[in-house]
Amino acid sequence: MNVAFLVFFVVGTIAVASSILVVAMRNPVHSALFLLLTFLCVAILFVVKDAEFVAAVQVLVYAGGIMVLFLFVVMLINVRHLPDDRTLSRFWKGGVGVGLAIFLLLATVVRTGTYHDQNPNKKLLRSTASHRVRKVTNPDGSVTRKRVVRHRTVGNSEAVGMALYQDYLVPFEVASLFLLVAMIGAIVIGKRELSAPEEETSPDFILKRMEKEKEVKEAMRKEAMSA
Amino acid sequence: MPEVVPSTEAYLMLSGTLFAVGLIGVIIRRNMITVLMAIELMMNAVNINLVAFSHRFASLEGQVFTIFVITVAAGEAAVGLAIIIQLYRLKSSINVDEASELNG
Repeated sequence: MNVAFLVFFVVGTIAVASSILVVAMRNPVHSALFLLLTFLCVAILFVVKDAEFVAAVQVLVYAGGIMVLFLFVVMLINVRHLPDDRTLSRFWKGGVGVGLAIFLLLATVVRTGTYHDQNPNKKLLRSTASHRVRKVTNPDGSVTRKRVVRHRTVGNSEAVGMALYQDYLVPFEVASLFLLVAMIGAIVIGKRELSAPEEETSPDFILKRMEKEKEVKEAMRKEAMSA
Repeated sequence: MPEVVPSTEAYLMLSGTLFAVGLIGVIIRRNMITVLMAIELMMNAVNINLVAFSHRFASLEGQVFTIFVITVAAGEAAVGLAIIIQLYRLKSSINVDEASELNG
C-alpha cells in the first residue's frame, strides 16, 4: 500500500459520495457545490495518473468556469419561488433500475475484459518528439538527407502542448470554431426580447431603458439616412 | 522499478460508478439545472476513462482527447443553460415535465 493507492481510495470514495449527493440534494445550489467537490476530486485522480495538465484544465474550466455559469443561472432563476413538492420524476424507480443495470454491465465488462499490455515507458507521457532533417555524408562521398526524430523529456504540460499544436492542430482549430459557435448560440438563445404581455408585467426601469434604446436607434437611423 | 499506481481496472470501476450515478440523475431528476449537472458528471466519468488508458499505453492521445471533451462540455453547458433561462422566461418553471409542447 503506497501513497498513490491511499490517495486513490480516499479521493475516489469522496468523489463517488459527492456525486451521489449531487443527484440527491433538493436545492440546486447544494448540488452545484457537491459537483464542484466531485470535479476537484477527479482532478486529483488525474494527477495520480500523470496527467497534470489535464488536471489543471479540469480545475480551471470545470471548477472555475462551468460551475460559475451554473451558480449564475441558479441565482438568475429564483429557486425559492418554484414549487418544490416533488423533486423526483414519476419514473424514479425505473431510472434507478436502468442506472444499476448499466453499472452492472460496465462492471462485468471491466472485470472480465482482457486488456492490452501496459506500456512500461511512462516517460513518453512527458516527452516531446521533434523532427529534424540532417545531412549525412555516406562513405562513398555522396550526401543524403535523413529525418531524425529526437525525443526530449520535458514536463507534461509541454508534452501535451506540443501534441496539441503538432499532431492535433486541425482538431484544435475546429474546437475553437466550436466554442465560437457555442458562444454565438448561447447569446442568441439567451437574448431577451420583450413580447406584448411581458411588457405589461416588467418593471418600469426596463421599459424606460427599452424606450430609450429605441429612440437612440431611431435617431441613428435618421442620421444615417440624411448622411 | 516503475512507480506503482492504482490499476486501470480500478479507474474504470470508479468511472463506471460515476457514469451510472450521472445517468440515474439524468433520468430521475425533474429540475433541469440538476439534469445538466448530471450530464457534466457523465462527461467527467468518460474523461477518467480516457486518462486511465492514456497512462496505461503511455500515449498522450487520451489526454488530448480529454481536453477536447472538456471543450465540448463547456460549450454544451453554455448553450444548455441559455435554453434553460429561455424556458424559464416562457413557462416560469424549469421542470423537465413542463416542457412537453413537442409531445404529439
